[in-house]
Order: sequence, then C-alpha cells, then structure tokens
Amino acid sequence: MLEKDTAIVENAIKEYYFNHFDLVNVPPKHTQREFGYQKINGGMIRHIAIKDNKELHLLLMKEAPSDVYCSNAYYSFPNLPMSEKDWKGADLIFDIDAKDLTLSCRNDHSVFKCGSCHGIMPGKQSACPKCGSTKFDVVSVACKNCISESKKEVKKLVRILGEDLGIKKEETEVYFSGNEGFHIRVINDNYEMLGSQERADLVDYIMFNGAMPETFGIKKQNNSKSTLPEMGEAGWKGRVATSLFGSKTKVPKVTRQIISDGYLAFQVKLDEIRQTMGVKVDPKVTMDIHRIFRLEGSVNSKSGLSKIQCKNLDDFDPFLDACLIGEEEVNIIANCPVLIRLKNKKYGPYANEQISVPKYAAVYMICKGLASVV
Amino acid sequence: MKRGVLHPGIMDLAKYPFLAEAGEYLRDKGFNLEQLGHPDWMPLVEKAYGRIITASSGQVYSSDIEKLKDLDKDMEILSFIVAVILLKAAGINTLTRRFSLAEARRSEKYLEHDLGRKYVSDKAVKDSDFPLKIIQELFSVKVVVENDEFMLSVPNYLQRAVHFHEKEWKLVNRRVATGFVHLTAHETVRLIRTELGQYINSRIQSITLTSIPDTFKARVQDLVQLATKFSDAVVISSDYPPCVKHAIEVLEKGENLPHSGRFLLATYLLARGQTTDQIAPLFKNAPDYNERVTRYQLEHISGSSGKGTKYQCPSCDKLRSENLCFAIPDCDGIINPIQFGKKRKI
Repeated sequence: MLEKDTAIVENAIKEYYFNHFDLVNVPPKHTQREFGYQKINGGMIRHIAIKDNKELHLLLMKEAPSDVYCSNAYYSFPNLPMSEKDWKGADLIFDIDAKDLTLSCRNDHSVFKCGSCHGIMPGKQSACPKCGSTKFDVVSVACKNCISESKKEVKKLVRILGEDLGIKKEETEVYFSGNEGFHIRVINDNYEMLGSQERADLVDYIMFNGAMPETFGIKKQNNSKSTLPEMGEAGWKGRVATSLFGSKTKVPKVTRQIISDGYLAFQVKLDEIRQTMGVKVDPKVTMDIHRIFRLEGSVNSKSGLSKIQCKNLDDFDPFLDACLIGEEEVNIIANCPVLIRLKNKKYGPYANEQISVPKYAAVYMICKGLASVV
Repeated sequence: MKRGVLHPGIMDLAKYPFLAEAGEYLRDKGFNLEQLGHPDWMPLVEKAYGRIITASSGQVYSSDIEKLKDLDKDMEILSFIVAVILLKAAGINTLTRRFSLAEARRSEKYLEHDLGRKYVSDKAVKDSDFPLKIIQELFSVKVVVENDEFMLSVPNYLQRAVHFHEKEWKLVNRRVATGFVHLTAHETVRLIRTELGQYINSRIQSITLTSIPDTFKARVQDLVQLATKFSDAVVISSDYPPCVKHAIEVLEKGENLPHSGRFLLATYLLARGQTTDQIAPLFKNAPDYNERVTRYQLEHISGSSGKGTKYQCPSCDKLRSENLCFAIPDCDGIINPIQFGKKRKI
C-alpha cells in the first residue's frame, strides 16, 4: 500500500478504536491467551500477553495495528515461544467464508487485478491486456447474496452443534468476520481439550465427509428396507432420510429405488447430500489449535469493516452494522469497476475517477486496492 | 467387605485381577509373599509362569471362570499377582508390555460380556454396572446406558477413536445425538483396549519389590533367558526415515506398535515396492501377531483385496499428531516419509 494510503487507513483505524473501545474487549481467560498484531505493509508480531482491556487499548492507540489477533488456545506462558507455551486447551472455532461457497454471484462482484502492472479488469481474462501477465489477484467486494448464503451455513452449523454435539446456544458465539464471512466460537469445557486430529474428525462430521453407505443401511448386497434411516432420527441419519425421502408418502417408492440402484449409486447420493447439507467450513481453521484468530471488535484491513458479534443473525447487515469508520468526506481516485453498497448507499462503478466519498467508503476501496488518496 | 471405591466381589477380581482391590483382598484373606514361597505353592508359580509364557507368544490366557470354585478363583487372582512379581523380578520391559496387553485383551472379553448382560436379568444389571465403574474409575470415561446402547460423550469418543484408521470409527459413521455417541458393548470395550493395557503396565511398573522367595528364582531366570530372543540385533536400512525405523525397532523388540504405526510401516514399505510376502514377517514379533489377519490387512492396504483402494503413506503432519514422528535434520522440508532421502531443503 502506498504511504499516503497507509496514513489515511491507519488514522481511520486509530480513530475507530478511540471511539469504540466499548467494542474491543479481551475475551474470557485472556491472561492465558496469546495476542498478535500486524501493521500495514508490516509482518506479524505475536507471542504477546495482555493483562487487561486497558493494556489492549493502549496497544491499539500506540501501534494503530491494521489487524489484531488473539489465540483460541490457552497457555501457561502465552508470551513464550510456541514450544515453551504449555498448551492448556483451546476454544472450538469455525470459519465460514463466502469465497468457499462456490456461489454464482461471485463473478458479478469480483475484480481481477494484474499481479504485475496492477491494472484492473472487471472479468476474468486469459492475460492482462496492458502487460500480458497471466497472474491475477481476485478482489471481491460487498455482496448481499454472499452474506445471506453464508448465514445459511452458520445456521446449519449452529443446529448441528446444538442437536448433535450437545453444545448450547449460549456457548456458541457468532461473529461477522469483517470481510465476507462469519467466525463461530464455542466455549465449552468438554471440547476445549480436543487435539488437532480429533478436531479434524469433528470437522468431517460437520462437513459430512467420509460417510459410508453402510452407516445408512446400504451394504454391498442383500439390502432390505428395514435398515434405511428414518425421518425424524437424530443426527445425520435423520438428515439423510429427510433428503432422500422428502416426505413420508414417498418412503416406500424411494426405498425400492435405492435398493434396486445399489451401493455405488447410494455412495453418489451421499456425496450429493454432502454438497448440499454438509456445512462449508474451512477445515484448516478448526484443526489448528495454535491459531491466532481475528480479535472481536477489531478492524479487518481487507475491508475496513469490523469483526463484531451478531446477536441477531437474521437482522444483521454487515455493510451497515460493521461499517464503523468515520463519515467525513475524503478525496480519492477510484478505479472500481463494480458497484459497492455501504451504509445503504451505492458507490461506483468508477473508472479512474477523482471523487469525494465518506471516509468509510474511501477506506473500503483503498483496503480492496481499488482506490488511492489524491 | 468393602474394598476401594469399586467394591468388587471375588468373581470380579478373578476377571480383573489388575485392580488395586485384588491385593487388598488377598491381604484380607491372609496371603503374603513369604507364605507363597513355600514349596507347596509351586503349582501356583507354574500357573503364573504359564500365564506369562502364553502372553509372550501372543496368545490370551483363558480359564472358565464362571465354573470355578471360590478356592480356584483365589488361584486365578494369585497367579496374576505372582506373574507380576516374576515379571518385576525379571525386569524385562518387553515381557511386561506383552503380558499387559494380553491381560488387557483377556479382561476385555469379560468387560464386553458383562456389559452386554445388562438386560438379561436383575442380577445381570449388577454385572454390567461393574465394568462401567471400572471404565469410569480407571479412565475417567463416563459411559451412559440407554436401552441396549452405551453412550460416550463426543469428546471422550473422539480422543480414542481417532487412533483407528477404519472408516467406521469416523464420527460421521456413528449415531450421534445431543453430545453423545451411541456404541455397542463390543465397540465400547474396543475403544479402551490400549488404555487398559497401559494401565496394567503402569500398575506393574509402580510396584516395588525388595526380595522374592527362592522358589520363584528359577522361573525368573527362565524369563530372562526367554527375553533374549526379543533383543536380537536388527539391521535397518539407513535409507528409511526415522519414523519407519522406530516402527521396525518397536516390532523387533516384540513390543506393541499401535495400529497407526503398523499402518505407517505397511504403507511405507508397499510404496517402496516391497511385497506383502516381504513385509508380513516384520510383524511376527508383535504381541498380538496372527499371520492370517496380518496378511489380510496387508493385502487390503496394498489394494490387492477389498475395494482395490491402495492406501497412501500417512503425512508427516498426521504422524506428528499421533506421536509417531521422530524427525531428524535429514527430514527437513519433507511432508511425507516417502520423500525422505529424495527431497532436500534447497
């Protein structure tokens, strides 16, 4: 990022922290957690221990970090190198990101940026028309559909956590990630001691990976209707039954069809169910028991939006509720070929135009690499 | 008579003689080591020795406990205790581990049987409560019983099941509801086998022995002699990565290599072009060796039987999480043991 752009983004972030200390708090068991932060164009600084909110706020004012992180793990010595920290447990965390949902709307709000000359193109091209480079960065901007589809995944996840895994609603916290998805944190003593491998199997359960036809009553031969799952059963058996049969009246006909189609066809069916009913979380995040995860209340420098808790997921509008940077007008040159909606206002498209927009929109476009300060 | 927290009866102690309560029971009955040293008790020493020999050959010692008279049940308990004393005096860890695993498998049979009897009669209800108590007291695992099923909390299940490679142990292939995994008696007991072996081993290790009766000494010498066959020098190719070398060493010493270690060894050697005929003999020293099963499993892994899926060697990441990684500087930069010696950090 250019120096003048860095300055305006850092100032905006600092101002945000100053005005919203109430939103940035240390999480439970904070003295046992590792904190870390990054500055624009800088590397990651981690292995930091923080005593209380006051110390955290002081760090935010002093460093104006572009991104702040906190471990999901608890340690005896959070400030020591990893091998000496003494791991004590970790919250169960999940990351749902719209970019992993293979949504058809992605092309409509993605911009391709040449990796060599940084030229901007609205659609995918085989090579940059300016310099001929074939390397591109994809920049995606705010999209309502992406958020509503991500919310559906969050609801699927929260339901499985509750009904199957016995995790209560009050132990599950849902956050907007600050860019294009949601973070879910589970604080439950029974799950915090699970290692990476155990969490990997738990993620496979949630994503419905690795299901065998035998589990759902279909063997390689001699199948009978009595072994198929029933609608209303708990867990994946019930969900699979609902997906297969749809309604009770269809059970006999569908059952006959499944048995006559056989084992391999059923395996294909299970894979289809995985794609529609499995929760699309990022498995790497949940498996990582030493991760430093974006701190709630902090700004995400990919967008200038904040990571904030969603108390009511249905009503939550991230482009309004998490857009908390100041409103004064800023002059920028924007090269943004797609329309952006922030705080219920439309911005763009812009073709290398000098414009005056509120600071939150300017910061959003600068963070996305689609604008620069005049 | 109350003993410890489990309150076992004499039948329970004959089935599970590794419980701390077994020692208390024998003391209450007036048995002591000095007394057992009398030549009249030689048949007991022979029975104990036989129990170790059976274990060392990979077999499981068994006796029809249900039909035994009380005096013979005492002999069951005593022969276990004397076997432990013989092993402790011989001081051969390999033998102790084999014995522990074999005794775990022996009691597994009873645990499963007793758990399964829950709904047969009122008396059976009592029988099934005891194994549940053992599992809870020894391993802090609470098993909830509902209808004819046993339920473990999801975290308790995962911590044990991830060590199995078979797909049916994956959580997604289990019935899961409101935080619990539903299991059969057999599956419940299978889940804790390794821990049971480790528990018996640690019980034996924790005993301190000042002296042993003269009548025990000849059999102790025999055990030391027997153990020499497990410690033959093994030549291992220097081309193998340290994790594979470790797995071979463990097997060659006749110690128990966990399932995940055996899987690593088989997939690695198969990937290096060895045949199942060349690999199978490596496992013959394993405490639970069964030639037919070993060959079946190797053929399954190699893809020559079953669905034809050829299993790949697990990644370094996976091995690290299973405590099977013994990385050395030469491992630098590799992500799978197969790359060892081929890929070097640039």
